[in-house]
Amino acid sequence: MIYPLQVVFILVSAVTLGAALMVVTTRNMVRAALWLVLALFGVAILFVLLEAGFFAVAQVIIYIGAIAILMIFAVMLTRRIAQDPGPQLNSTWPIAAVIALLVFGLIVFLVQVWDRAASLPPPLPQGFAPLQELGVALVSADRYLIPFEIASVLLLAALIGAIVVAWERK
Amino acid sequence: MSEYLPLVVLFILSTLVAAIAVALGHLFGPRRPTERKLQPYESGMTPFGPGTRRMPVRFYLVAVLFILFDIEVVFFIPWAVVYRKLGLFGFVEMLLFAGILEIAFVYAWKKGALEWE
Amino acid sequence: MIPLSWYLIFAAALFSIGLFGVLSRKNAVAILMGVELMLNAVNVNLLAFWRYLAPENMAGQVFAVIVFAVAASEVAVGLALVISVYRRRQSVQADEINLLKY
Repeated sequence: MIYPLQVVFILVSAVTLGAALMVVTTRNMVRAALWLVLALFGVAILFVLLEAGFFAVAQVIIYIGAIAILMIFAVMLTRRIAQDPGPQLNSTWPIAAVIALLVFGLIVFLVQVWDRAASLPPPLPQGFAPLQELGVALVSADRYLIPFEIASVLLLAALIGAIVVAWERK
Repeated sequence: MSEYLPLVVLFILSTLVAAIAVALGHLFGPRRPTERKLQPYESGMTPFGPGTRRMPVRFYLVAVLFILFDIEVVFFIPWAVVYRKLGLFGFVEMLLFAGILEIAFVYAWKKGALEWE
Repeated sequence: MIPLSWYLIFAAALFSIGLFGVLSRKNAVAILMGVELMLNAVNVNLLAFWRYLAPENMAGQVFAVIVFAVAASEVAVGLALVISVYRRRQSVQADEINLLKY
């Protein structure tokens, strides 16, 4: 029995993985960044399939709206690379491919032997609103308040660091 | 999952409209290229310099500040839907969160990252 | 219905592709793109485990939100470093940035 959602999952994941492969193999960096946008968008659709609509929105806003744009800016700021001659992969790439395949094989093996891997999603409880639960969890002192505030400190440090490092002295 | 159906319809429609617009222009538009028409479009000015020249780093700093407010908004959303339930405590928490992030903005401002001469 | 293992195998594939990009690309910006793919695979896993194993426990979602913030920080600092290195050495090839190697 094939459900329509399974067809959606297979199509979306195939497009996403194809786009991800293009990201790591395309020579032109601007194109690689645009393929990255497509891969990130596929992941956003998977978040919708997981009934985490907020994360799909956050994925589009943060990853596609900000991070991918930052990538394209960085490519344009270091422009020579866009048409850099020579191979784009370093000489040890076959070893890298073997390692990546080994990691993939190991994880697939672990998934196969795990007895709960075939489980289906339990129905969400009546009246359960994940987004509101998340809001309560993020600012409740006995739950995730500290990680939430520390995230802002981390962002502060990262952004000031980025400004200091990228600053161009006259 | 059915609440996402309008979004799917919107995607299909917008793709179709864009594809049809491009295809119609391609089919019926006359093509008489001259040298000037084949130049890259730079808002009506005569293009100068190579199109692949480096951009000033200011653009990157503005993009970094954009990330700052982007993340802030994403953290605001789950808080905003339960704002009334959380009361003053939640408000102070979010004020602290936004205040810490605002330091980065003030720093960039004072440093002159927002000034374009 | 989609079994949990589909998401796990998809995330494993995405993670491996990102890992390959990180290990094999010369361009520093491309390496950061590989890192982004790996972080996305992690997020897929976190949300899949949240939905399939413990939907009432918000830990998975909170973790995923923090991963978003960490990814943004990592990209902001990483790309600033790449731009700074490019300004001094006119190169973003990771194998040419080797002053500390010897």
